[in-house]
Amino acid sequence: MSPISLNRTSRLSDRVQEIPPSGIRRFFDLASTMENVVSLGVGEPDFTTPWKIREASISSLERGFTSYSANAGVPKLRRAICDYMETRFSVSYDPDTEVLVTVGASEAIDIGMRAILNPGDEVIIVEPTFVSYRSLVSMAGGVPVPIRTGIEDQFKVTPEQIKQAITPRTKALMICFPNNPTGSTIGREDLKQIAKLCEEHNLLVFSDEIYAELSYDEPHVSIAELDGMKDRTILISGFSKSFAMTGWRLGFVMAPPDILAAMLKIHQYTLMCAPTMAQYGAIEALENGMEDVEQMRNSYRQRRNYLVKTFAEIGLSCHSPGGAFYAFPSIQNTGFTSEEFAEKLLLEERVAVVPGHVFGEGGEGYIRCSYATSMEQLQEAMTRMGRFLTKYA
Amino acid sequence: MDQKAIEILQIIESNGRVEIPILAKMVEATEEEVKQYLLQLEKERIILSYSAVIDWTKVRNQEGVTAVIDVKVTPKRGVGFDEVAERIYRFPEVQALYLMSGAYDLSVVIESKTMSESARFVSEKLSTIDSVISTTTHFQLKKYKHDGVVFAEPDQDRRMVVSP
Repeated sequence: MSPISLNRTSRLSDRVQEIPPSGIRRFFDLASTMENVVSLGVGEPDFTTPWKIREASISSLERGFTSYSANAGVPKLRRAICDYMETRFSVSYDPDTEVLVTVGASEAIDIGMRAILNPGDEVIIVEPTFVSYRSLVSMAGGVPVPIRTGIEDQFKVTPEQIKQAITPRTKALMICFPNNPTGSTIGREDLKQIAKLCEEHNLLVFSDEIYAELSYDEPHVSIAELDGMKDRTILISGFSKSFAMTGWRLGFVMAPPDILAAMLKIHQYTLMCAPTMAQYGAIEALENGMEDVEQMRNSYRQRRNYLVKTFAEIGLSCHSPGGAFYAFPSIQNTGFTSEEFAEKLLLEERVAVVPGHVFGEGGEGYIRCSYATSMEQLQEAMTRMGRFLTKYA
Repeated sequence: MDQKAIEILQIIESNGRVEIPILAKMVEATEEEVKQYLLQLEKERIILSYSAVIDWTKVRNQEGVTAVIDVKVTPKRGVGFDEVAERIYRFPEVQALYLMSGAYDLSVVIESKTMSESARFVSEKLSTIDSVISTTTHFQLKKYKHDGVVFAEPDQDRRMVVSP
């Protein structure tokens, strides 16, 4: 019997093949082969998860909490998330119908996109931003529509830019503040203008607020808090950055009940539930971990201050990031592309940074430097970068 | 005390060697301002000394003996425990002295070269003070954590060099 003829050129799906590989990957492969590298390329806290959180998780194992949890997450955790978000960020959600515990914030974005997008629906993405958004929109069948922001506006999007990008197919706007990679934050007045536009054009908003606790100069404002916005906002957050829990893969999403129910459907067929023992650790984090968060925030803020001042001294212009743990200095005065700069810096001085272009439009000409590393490492990195710049700038 | 002074104290408490130009950048002050803060904090005896936490067990022939001695004393009218405390803390062997609540009154921490030196201190110097009723000496066998510093080898950074 002859094999069934498949009229295809590849055994892989077209959708997956169209997605470009992560721009960070190639760079990681290069850096990981080298010794004595000072890394400013790491997008995760250098703190270990506070002991009391680890202890709570260990205790949950000892007590035998090893089975599936409810699909939406352990009820006590969902309640704790709602209490925390209301206290810290003035957003009020129902733990039974409007909260879902996910496997990292990344899952939340993925299932959120899949829950709302039909083929061809457009999602406006404010760039430079986290590397996954574009691909997650594409994988959900949507069309990413990037908007480029620049240093002239402190990497904040203007309502005018959003207006220009809106078409009849626009379904949602994706924002991330405090931002990875620029560290930019956005204030209430700017958010209000964006909210107004979303209402006028009936857009949903994906608001990735994973770095909300790491706001240094002004308190973080969630767009969901603004009048009329709760019903059109999919608020994404998690434990990775604020509680130093990246490896636990624990995030959450808060959304109107109809959208959350749709996300829950996808979640229960793909992930079933987030790891149970991690959820018990997260309850402890929310109930008793705020002092640790404050200590970590203070430490990041001091390092930010040091880094931004030192960039100015060694000849890199850099806006002062109001949040997250990244600085995004311009390297345009060197004449290199961001990829060339990062590669040369790695090979010649063994400092790893991430080239800005991987974060999308507007990222070219910049590098992302994470200050989630010790002061000793930061000082060493600045010495090496200073030496490098005297050669090329 | 203003927030900047508190921040300076917190930073130098965990790293007393941080240089003034770096400290200035971290707290967003000028170097001159930081110097003034430090001077003032020293003057007010808020900063008492700048010291290092050293693991002497790793230095050959330098390892000493640390003993914690529980002391019961008779307080004196008018001066309470302060007079006897002062007599005790003036001995150079005494590294720390605390007034305690509970089963005994004073907790004395002494460091000496050998165990017999510690024994001599207790029998000849401490016990012979008039107000001292009794002493119980505990020797430290191993230091796991001291002044908030863990004595084990530091963890390696297990994170990837570059990540999203």
